[in-house]
Formats: sequence, structure tokens, C-alpha cells
Amino acid sequence: MAKKRIVSTTINGRQVELLCEPRQTLLEVLRDTLDLTGTKEGCSNGNCGACTVLMNGRPVVSCLVLAVEAEGATLETIEGVAPVDGLDPVQQAFLENAALQCGICTPGFIMSTKALLNENPDPTEHDVRFYLSGNLCRCTGYDKIVRAVLDSAQKRKKAVAAK
Amino acid sequence: MRDFEYEAPASIAEAVQVLGRHNGAARPLAGGTDLIDQIRVGRHQPGVVVDIKKIPELNVLELSAAGLRLGAAVPCYKVYGDPKISAAYAALADSAQIIGGIQIQSRASIGGNLCNSGPAADSTPSLIALEAIAVIAGPAGKREVAVENFCTGPGKNVLQPGEFLVELKFPARPPHSGSHYRRFIPRNEMDIAVVGVGASVVLDEKGEKFVSARIGLGAVGPIPYFVQEAGQRLAGQPVSEATIEKAAQAARDMARPIDDMRGTKEFRLHVTGVLTRRVIEEAVKRARQ
Repeated sequence: MAKKRIVSTTINGRQVELLCEPRQTLLEVLRDTLDLTGTKEGCSNGNCGACTVLMNGRPVVSCLVLAVEAEGATLETIEGVAPVDGLDPVQQAFLENAALQCGICTPGFIMSTKALLNENPDPTEHDVRFYLSGNLCRCTGYDKIVRAVLDSAQKRKKAVAAK
Repeated sequence: MRDFEYEAPASIAEAVQVLGRHNGAARPLAGGTDLIDQIRVGRHQPGVVVDIKKIPELNVLELSAAGLRLGAAVPCYKVYGDPKISAAYAALADSAQIIGGIQIQSRASIGGNLCNSGPAADSTPSLIALEAIAVIAGPAGKREVAVENFCTGPGKNVLQPGEFLVELKFPARPPHSGSHYRRFIPRNEMDIAVVGVGASVVLDEKGEKFVSARIGLGAVGPIPYFVQEAGQRLAGQPVSEATIEKAAQAARDMARPIDDMRGTKEFRLHVTGVLTRRVIEEAVKRARQ
């Protein structure tokens, strides 16, 4: 069996050292080694986006990243989204707009939404649908998710203006 | 996933050494969006995965008077994220923007798309249209292959054991030129091309005549095709519906599609003609801007 590797990475602002085999995906290590089970496993072949995390600020599907590739990287997962008290504006908007039913796809959608709004704080409906095309949801029919994302863009703008 | 070793060489020479040592049992890893899934399902069973992303030459993205250099590991989002490259090599940016979803584009590279050598690869017709040259490194040194000669069958290409793609080189874009890539898919995003067409045209100063043109086709044969005949039918001819239709006919004549879950042979032939016409028209529009 291949030798285990030590990987140093920053996850949600904390320096983390972990031990993994080359064949382990980032998704596997997040969930099974680090117990960060907020990131969900859906298709495991890069189609559904349920396992989306941010790697050096970019959204990636963690099922198609080897954990060893995270050496030196900065990662953000759903566990790092909410502030100490309360919710992130994106989470709040998903709740208020009823943008989830079973919830399996939600962490992935929220991470993709965070990436979208970092890149484009004022997206159109078309921008939202295009950017989120790599995240699948079998419950909502997407409309409520799209509304939630547009709403969270407004909420973020207000939060920034209030600061 | 099955067991494998992982190495991340820091230079081309080191990568050649590592790949050579494993004599065909090693597989280069760039964005991994094809490779990791292929290992998981057992299509590839490498003993070693060689992460080539840490080699500086594979991350080059450089636009100059000489043309464009695109390192084999540069992820798609960096290509369409550069406004100058998107304007000059529009077909390439069109492809980079529709390969997978945003998460895939964060990692997947154009070089990887070429090396995966899928018949329906979205970037290869654009590479053909834009006259890309594949720069390959291996035990015998570097060699160059015109991109239309790179793929040899579904999932197969000219890379020999120990060789890997370093970069794609594109000639400078002439004045009054334009390019475009478009595919037909039943969904809006995140799908595999039923037919894909890339075109590049060069017009005369007045924008009335074709000086030259190159057309690449995807998903209508075992490899992406360079439709040389289409370019020959356009060169020197006025920009008109009739001449463009002749080029579209050349594309239809060259297409050798199969029936599969994505479309019938007959449908694909029809779409090849329609798309070729539309893609040339859009490339002409861009050339005139």
C-alpha cells in the first residue's frame, strides 16, 4: 500500500495537519478523518456539486480533488460559513426563501453561492442559474434556490452598507 | 479508490524521469476532473499519479505579439477570466466557459481536455480552428504536434509512454479575424456535446471576403476533425449565405457520427450543417467588430 502522507492545510481559518493516503479524495478526508461531515457526498463523480468546498477561494468538487493536492491550500467548508452567533446572510436567505427540502445539496449550494457573490456581488437571475449549473437539487425545482441567492445578494449589500 | 503512489515533480526534467521510471504505469494529473473519476471506475489503473501542476512551464498563460502560450495545467477559469485572451482567442474562451460547471472549470485544464482525447471534447475543435500546436516533453526531448494530429481514437492520442503535454502554442491572431465555438446539447449547461463546432475566420480589410478559415468538428467521429475542405471553400470567396453553406456542406461530408443516447446519426449530420453555418456567421460578426 502507498505510504501515507502528511498534508498541511488551512481549513476555515485553522491550520490543520492530516495524514492521508494518495488515493483518498479531499471529500473522504474531510468527512471521515476530520469529521467535517457538513460537506455531503452525492454522486462522487463530479456531476452533482453536493461536495463543493472553496479551495484557495475557488469552488471545487471535493470528490475530484485528492487530499494530497490540498498541501498548502486554503480551504473553506460549510462549517466555516456561519459567524459565532447567528447565520451568514446566504444561510439566512436560504431559510427565509424555503430554498431547501431534504437539505443534502444545500451545503454545496451555499458554498457555490459564496463563491458567486465574492466574484459578482450583484448577479442577474441568468448569472445565478449559469453559475449554479454545477449544483443539482432534486427537491426544489431550483426556483426557490435562485430566489434565495438573489435575496442573499441584497442582504449582503445591506450588511456591507450598514458597516 | 484503488491504491496508487503520488509524486509531484517540480520541473519538466524531473517529471520525464518519474514518468519514464514507471514505464507507462504512471499517469499525469492536472485538474483531475477526468482522471480521478476514471481511476475510481477502473478505466485507468495507474501505479503512480504524477501531479504536474507544480511545474512552472505548465502554468504559463502568456499573450504576446508572437501569440498565446497556454500551459497544459492552466485551469479553464483563468482562460476566460482574461479579457484580452477572451477577445483575441474567443473560440477558446467559449470552450473554457462551457466545460463542466464552475467547480470543474476551477480545476480542469484545456491541456487535460485534449489529452483525455474524448471525441466530444469541447476545447479540441477550438484548438483546431485556432491552429494550436501541442508541445510534448519526453525521454527524447521536446517535440511539437499540430493539434489536429494529436488524437488518434476515442481516449487515444500520440503521447508515448513517458511523454506528457507541456503547453499549447497559438500563432498571433491576424487583423480582421474572429472565432467561435458552439455545441448542441439538450440541456442549457453541464452536458456533453451532441455536435460541437469551432471556427476561425480571417476577412479582408473591408470585411467582405474570406481570406482564410479553419473549422474543427467534435462529437461526429472517433476523433475531433479538422475540416480542411471547408476552409478551402471559403478562402477568397465573398462572405455570403451561399459560400458559408458550401463550407457547411463540407463539414457534413466529413462527419462520421454514430447513433447513441445523445442523438442519431441522421440528426447529428443535420446539426453539423446548421451549427457550422451559425458558428461561421458568428465568427464573421466578431471579425468585423
